[in-house]
Amino acid sequence: MESVIEKNKFSASEKNYSEDSLKKDERGRKITKYVLITISVLFILLMLVLPLVSVIVNSLKEGLAFYFKALSTQYVLSALGVTLLATVIAVLVNTFFGVVASYLLTKFNFKGKNVLSTLIDIPFSISPVIAGLSFIMTFGRSGWAKPIVDSINSALGTDIQIVFAIPGVILATIFVTFPFVSREIVPVLNTVGTDEEEAAALMGAGGFKIFRKITFPHIKWALVYGIILCTARALGEFGAVHALSKTRGGTFTLPLEIDALYMQGSADSITSAFAASSLLVLIAIAVLILRNIFEARAKNKS
Amino acid sequence: MAQKKKGKSKSVIPGFRLTLGITVLMVSLLILIPLVSVLAYSFKLSPSEFFELITKKNVVSAFRTSILCSFIAALVNSVFGLILAWVLVKYEFPGKKILDGLIELPFALPTAVAGITLTKMYSDTGFPGKFFSAAGIDIAYTKIGIVIALVFIGIPFTVRAVQPVLEKLDPQYEEAALILGASRQRTFFKVIFPELFPSLLTGFGLALARGIGEYGSVIYISGNSAKNNTQVVSYVIMQKLERMDYASATAIALVLLIISFVLLFVINIIQIRRSKRVSVR
Repeated sequence: MESVIEKNKFSASEKNYSEDSLKKDERGRKITKYVLITISVLFILLMLVLPLVSVIVNSLKEGLAFYFKALSTQYVLSALGVTLLATVIAVLVNTFFGVVASYLLTKFNFKGKNVLSTLIDIPFSISPVIAGLSFIMTFGRSGWAKPIVDSINSALGTDIQIVFAIPGVILATIFVTFPFVSREIVPVLNTVGTDEEEAAALMGAGGFKIFRKITFPHIKWALVYGIILCTARALGEFGAVHALSKTRGGTFTLPLEIDALYMQGSADSITSAFAASSLLVLIAIAVLILRNIFEARAKNKS
Repeated sequence: MAQKKKGKSKSVIPGFRLTLGITVLMVSLLILIPLVSVLAYSFKLSPSEFFELITKKNVVSAFRTSILCSFIAALVNSVFGLILAWVLVKYEFPGKKILDGLIELPFALPTAVAGITLTKMYSDTGFPGKFFSAAGIDIAYTKIGIVIALVFIGIPFTVRAVQPVLEKLDPQYEEAALILGASRQRTFFKVIFPELFPSLLTGFGLALARGIGEYGSVIYISGNSAKNNTQVVSYVIMQKLERMDYASATAIALVLLIISFVLLFVINIIQIRRSKRVSVR
């Protein structure tokens, strides 16, 4: 192939290319290359890196002592607790779901498979505010499930509230991160195919044994990567939780606390908002680094 | 579970009913039922009520702002997404891996954090905002600010849509065109670009869909002024929710949902048509 190209290039140059114009072409390519690389680097620096740097610079404006004081207020600590609780539960639920759903979607063919896979992806494409709204319309004052929750409460003598309470925050977090794990596993399982599982089933292995011995080793790294993405998104969810959480120091998550501090508008509170943001920036950077490590591993595996 | 061998799915692999049951149950409880509640509530409104709620002046203006700004941002992202994907696939240079990793940053950074830091940067005291305001261009609290926030949020969609297609593109076509005497520009526009176009359109659509519903990254830099038409749709929904005006909130949400689904539907058609073309080859 190479030699054919060389030959053709040669005959082309005999016809209408002089040595000079070939060199010119080569130089033009190099110029294009450097111009495009420069545009790319400038775009990334200005649009993506500068905002990160700006968070860190703004958070340290009043010095380190202020920074740590801002991070250890009761509100921030409470928000951190709520965020971690909602994230842990959302990650557990979605990891379980993601593994089960991707096994279903890649190992079997059935009617309605495309519909199901589209439904799973819904949270990616709708506004987070609508996610919050939908839980209010289900469990809120005028929601149809409110009487059901009330009757459960009176039967058990409990006082479980969903909207404007921790369970609502958790539900909203689960909703927005729902497809993250399955989306990472499905492509890996699709490339692996079903031959190995079929062979194992024909030799008499049970479902869980097949999963543990055959499927799981293939998806290990994709699963880890999916969990990392899910965690990052759960920690940072804002819109959906904003609709469902109203008590500062009670049901506020870290992004909501950042919003509250920022909206207070004084120079000090804005610096505090950036201090709290810097925690989430550090997590985002860690996620990006881990992403590169695990994606490379997942690729090697498949 | 052993009797599954005779089951409908024709697969010998066990676990079909169990995984189907769990998946359908969880999708119904966590996704479908809450969304259907929104639909059910908005269907309680009569068509004329519904129409009146969604044609209020501030609602129409919010839709116009969201769609216009998302459209411009998606266009900007298509141009830069194509350049970035091209650079990441075709060229080798130091720091390429870092550049590639940074593309995903807007996915990893919480939207509220992106929102406040972009606002600070583009206000008249921030960098680079002060240079723009010295030149008489206000960015924060205008539509330009909204577009910038949406460019930030949308860039990974276009890059990641084009990049894999460009990687798989057979270099033979490019070589053939060059050998036949086409110039580099002509080769790009006549041979490479048509191959990339569907994926570019997909990325554009995904960025557009994300932008129209975006909340956290936009609401600080937009200033949410009714007078300057800088309220976005999700802000108006949230405002109605806070005033307990559930009828308006669900009506607007329904329109937003329909827009998202239409966009998703179109994107899916593009992708299906593309995969058919590839499989024919």
